[in-house]
Amino acid sequence: MLSEKHIKIQTLMREFTQKYVAPIAAEIDENHRFPEETVRALVQHGMMSIPYPKTFGGAGADTLAYIIAVEELSKACATTGVILSAHTSLGISPIYTYGSDALKAKYLPDMMSGKKLGAFGLTEPNAGTDAAGQKTVAILKDDHYELTGSKIFITNAIYADIYVVFAMTQPELGMKGITAFVIEKGWEGFTFGKKEKKLGICGSSTCELVFDHVKVPLENRLGKEGEGFKIAMGTLDGGRIGIAAQAVGIAKGALKETLEYAKKRKQFKQPISNFQNTQFVIADMALQIEAAELLLYRAAVAKDTQKNFSKEAAMAKLFGSETAMKVTTQAIQVLGGYGYIKDYPLERMFRDAKITEIYEGTSEVQRMVIASSVLR
Amino acid sequence: MKIIVLVKQVPNTTEIKVDPIKGTLIRDGVDSIINPDDRASVECALMIKDQFPETHVRVLTMGPKQAVGMLQELYGMGVDECSLINDAIFAGADTWATSLTLSKAIALYEYDLILAGRQAIDGDTAQVGPQVAEWLDLPQVTYVSSIKEVTDKNITVVKSYEDMEEVCRVSFPCLITTLADQIKPRLGNFSLVWESNQREIPILTSVELKADPKEVGLKGSLTQVKKTFVKSVSKKGQMIKDDIELAAKTIADIIHQNNHA
Repeated sequence: MLSEKHIKIQTLMREFTQKYVAPIAAEIDENHRFPEETVRALVQHGMMSIPYPKTFGGAGADTLAYIIAVEELSKACATTGVILSAHTSLGISPIYTYGSDALKAKYLPDMMSGKKLGAFGLTEPNAGTDAAGQKTVAILKDDHYELTGSKIFITNAIYADIYVVFAMTQPELGMKGITAFVIEKGWEGFTFGKKEKKLGICGSSTCELVFDHVKVPLENRLGKEGEGFKIAMGTLDGGRIGIAAQAVGIAKGALKETLEYAKKRKQFKQPISNFQNTQFVIADMALQIEAAELLLYRAAVAKDTQKNFSKEAAMAKLFGSETAMKVTTQAIQVLGGYGYIKDYPLERMFRDAKITEIYEGTSEVQRMVIASSVLR
Repeated sequence: MKIIVLVKQVPNTTEIKVDPIKGTLIRDGVDSIINPDDRASVECALMIKDQFPETHVRVLTMGPKQAVGMLQELYGMGVDECSLINDAIFAGADTWATSLTLSKAIALYEYDLILAGRQAIDGDTAQVGPQVAEWLDLPQVTYVSSIKEVTDKNITVVKSYEDMEEVCRVSFPCLITTLADQIKPRLGNFSLVWESNQREIPILTSVELKADPKEVGLKGSLTQVKKTFVKSVSKKGQMIKDDIELAAKTIADIIHQNNHA
């Protein structure tokens, strides 16, 4: 199904993952350490802006190639997968898609080369799915906006340099009162709050962004006033394909571990892969993974060929993330006690899988998106 | 700086099949890889290019058309130009004819440094690199395990023997053969790998090389393979646990018997 070009990329990403990602996956999870050296390696190999044209320094490949990259990284380490996905799909994408020429010229070259890492701030303590409930405000002064409020659960947080942040410019308009801004690390009044301790993707940096009367130049407004919700939703449609790739990667990684174990582990004088129960479980795992992969690759192609791909992206993420949860659960069961201890990577994969059902739109949000598209 | 790297595609298997009549290797249907020592040469060239970005790295390979895939892979690593030396009359060459053909191709270009792998894992002769240096009348350093320093005039390298090392400085132009052991080749660059299968590989034939058919290929080879066979595995050793005098006598008897067998 993949073209020769995509297979070459798959091979490259497998070699990259073997060399840089797999050897430290357990350690960065254990120590909750952001793998800066892996980001440097991604930069060095030109992997920080895969689906963007070369105009601003992108790799010039397509969304499917990018998705394959996130998937391959996530097979060994879901933390690394989401670092790349958040930077590419949530950091670069809104600036590339909605930014003025001046904004693109200012920020994209360094983000595409990977010199500067991107992040995205929409969620607040009291505004998750209900984005219009957010309390962060941007007040227009003479030649700038003044941004005040906070954003939570921000991926790449303290390691990022450029942030796309949403704030209310006209709170009375609800969804239509949200506006997007590009904020730089180091601006006066912009600090980091609580660093979260998480169930999974423990190497990824998740932190609160705090804005105290931050002066934002007018030219750093992304799109027009009131376009923020549209920009957020459009960006998340793309981001969801990245998370679907992360989920499918986790599931494939879990299946690989399960197969290796089931062929080696002997009980009653034979490998447990000889038993029909093991075979049926493995058949179900493989079936779900391949179905999830089809939805994922379809969504990736739809992003490059269709005007609207919300449904495809939502289906890929929903099915992919639920597959990751089911498959990692089944995998631990096949390994029994060995699946539960940290000597094997499955308990980490199981913990990492859960977030894919939550961030960039929960499974419930995906069902809402799918239903609204199907019922239209 | 201008660097030419000589690369060979080799079968990725220890189970090499041999043509029983020609006595040469059957390459069709066997998975092929870049010869590991040659890949180290490519890495050395790219390391020099990292240090001096204006460096031009050209790769030459002699072999069948399927080597195009290998050359495209090298584009993914960052080499500047690749050419395939391919002509029916080049087939079946021994090291003498191969090194002559490669030398004729090298002579088409400017160069400061020629890099080649120490030896190929299929033939294991370690002759082609040194022979090329002789054809081109170049100083050579073989068995290089690492590069210590490169200037615009010369290169300093570590030459590895089994039990010692030598540090050599040699002026350009020169030829160096490399060992894979300590030189770890880089992975491809995403964008270059993505574009690699669109890269066209120019073919150099006997026309471009102005090669005399009598000098190249099987006809130009000084050596002909008479017979290729799988050598039989030697017998298991025998332990003799007598006292020294008796053991010596027993061993002498066994040798004596075998000589008359």
